[in-house]
Amino acid sequence: MNNLNYIFTKKTKNITFGLMAIGIISIVAGFITDHAPEGVSHDDYHKTRFWANLLVNGWFFMGIALLATFFMAVQYAAEVAWSVAVKRVYEAISSFLPIGALIMFLILLAGQFHLHHLYHWMDPEIYVKTLADGTPNPKYDAVITGKGAYFTPWFFWLRAIVYMVVWIIFQKGFIKRSIEQDLIGGTAIHYKNISKAAVFLVFFAVTSSTSAWDWMMSIDTHWFSTMYGWYAFAGNWISAMVVIMLMVLFLKRNGYLEQVNENHIHDIGKWMFAVSFLWSYLWFCQFMLIWYTNIPEEIIYFQDRLHNYGYMGLMWTVFFMNFAFPMIMLMSRDSKRNYFFLLSVGLIILVGHWLDVFMMVMPGTVHGNWHLGWLEIGMALGFVGLMLYVIHSALAKSPLMVKNHPYLEESIHHHV
Amino acid sequence: MSKIAIHAIYDDEEPLMETAKELRTKGIKVKEVFSPFPIHGIDALIGVPRTRIAICAFIYGITGMSLGTLMMWYMNIHDWPTDIGGKPSFAYYMNVPAFIPITFECTVFCAAHGMVITHFLRSWLIPGAKAKNPDPRTTDDKFLMIVETNEQDKNSIETLLKNGGATEISFK
Repeated sequence: MNNLNYIFTKKTKNITFGLMAIGIISIVAGFITDHAPEGVSHDDYHKTRFWANLLVNGWFFMGIALLATFFMAVQYAAEVAWSVAVKRVYEAISSFLPIGALIMFLILLAGQFHLHHLYHWMDPEIYVKTLADGTPNPKYDAVITGKGAYFTPWFFWLRAIVYMVVWIIFQKGFIKRSIEQDLIGGTAIHYKNISKAAVFLVFFAVTSSTSAWDWMMSIDTHWFSTMYGWYAFAGNWISAMVVIMLMVLFLKRNGYLEQVNENHIHDIGKWMFAVSFLWSYLWFCQFMLIWYTNIPEEIIYFQDRLHNYGYMGLMWTVFFMNFAFPMIMLMSRDSKRNYFFLLSVGLIILVGHWLDVFMMVMPGTVHGNWHLGWLEIGMALGFVGLMLYVIHSALAKSPLMVKNHPYLEESIHHHV
Repeated sequence: MSKIAIHAIYDDEEPLMETAKELRTKGIKVKEVFSPFPIHGIDALIGVPRTRIAICAFIYGITGMSLGTLMMWYMNIHDWPTDIGGKPSFAYYMNVPAFIPITFECTVFCAAHGMVITHFLRSWLIPGAKAKNPDPRTTDDKFLMIVETNEQDKNSIETLLKNGGATEISFK
């Protein structure tokens, strides 16, 4: 039972600091250099490329931590035994949630104060039908006004705060009880976790969808899709599974997690495979129904993503990266037990899902003025650095293997 | 030298697995085990090679996919071009999203049925086949292990099985 305590080495720390430095430089430089493209006046631009990128990263990285929390709750509620051996890994990943949520909150707040214009509905002028002098308001938007009740600022902010606060309370509670269980033992904490997880899952079932509507789908305010919440949820989930896998592989490679063997890794690999399919299924359901019926108010979403602004190549690349590629690569049993395979496939899927979030945000915000340049990559690397720093610090805080969990023994002897 | 099959009956799967492990370390091969329920890990213990059904499933799936595609191309593109959502339908690739669910169903259909049929044929579980189970009690609460050996080793293996917890031993 060696190596129970993870040491956040100087070298790893420096790598995360380096990535964060790249991120900060990109954020500052991006903010300064982001000018309106030709044909758009400076007053209408609001540094949209910069803010849209913040939103992509804010959502993507918060989503990883959030879905790690969700995964944790699923493991409790379903009383899963095998995953106990890697429990500390997904707990550490979930510990990014408070910071991720805070960043997301700040991005939304910036929108409320009109620092950016990612959310068209945050502009109060579009709800006014006639101006003070009696003439019709040229900015008036009847469709968005129809959705006005949902987008009323107090209601929007109430929802945003409730989602984030409740998520974080549950996440903190799970972590706290996990540490307590190490010290106290017994089954009382275990049963408490099960009921708390069940409550969280019910809350999350609703809020995972509504948060995706509020913060992502509302970018394309006129458009809506009933599949969207699940599609966004599945995308975040697969990213979280990949991060869990990569962290487990990293720890194994560095001589930690002795009791985690290829059977546990095989099971995480199965999750990666299965959730990839879930995402593909939901993506395709949304796409096919809209494509098939071809109703103007719906098809505009995919027109923007395929024909209008030159995203077509990227759109199909994302789909194949996240569907066909993991399907073929992770289908066989041997590939789910191979370190090199899982590492490379995992990294590609992770990039694929970052690009998927990019595709969710960009066509509705920057339209044709999209780039995948130093700003985008640098900012994403910065977030990677921040997230890695938080995860590694959390890993170093508590022993890598839980004690006193009722299913620990079963998990150690897990065999598939 | 003629071969002798030793049939050893056990009341539980645990002693059976322990004995199988012991036989394996001695280099004696277990021919077959009959059990009322699947025993986790027994196949590796008695040296059953890993199943190749996954390869069959893959081939059947590809076959189903091709057949489904051919069917839809013939029906909806070639023989009678169908108007799908008001879009031009004279090429398969332009209508692909509409065909995906059926492609998927055909793939699953052929893979699943192919696997079941392969399994039945390979294990000869066809209607009217004679049961291979030498002792009907193994469908209820007994576990049977068959070890094939010769006259020379017969007695030593018998004691080994007895010590391992076999409740009945017979020679066939």
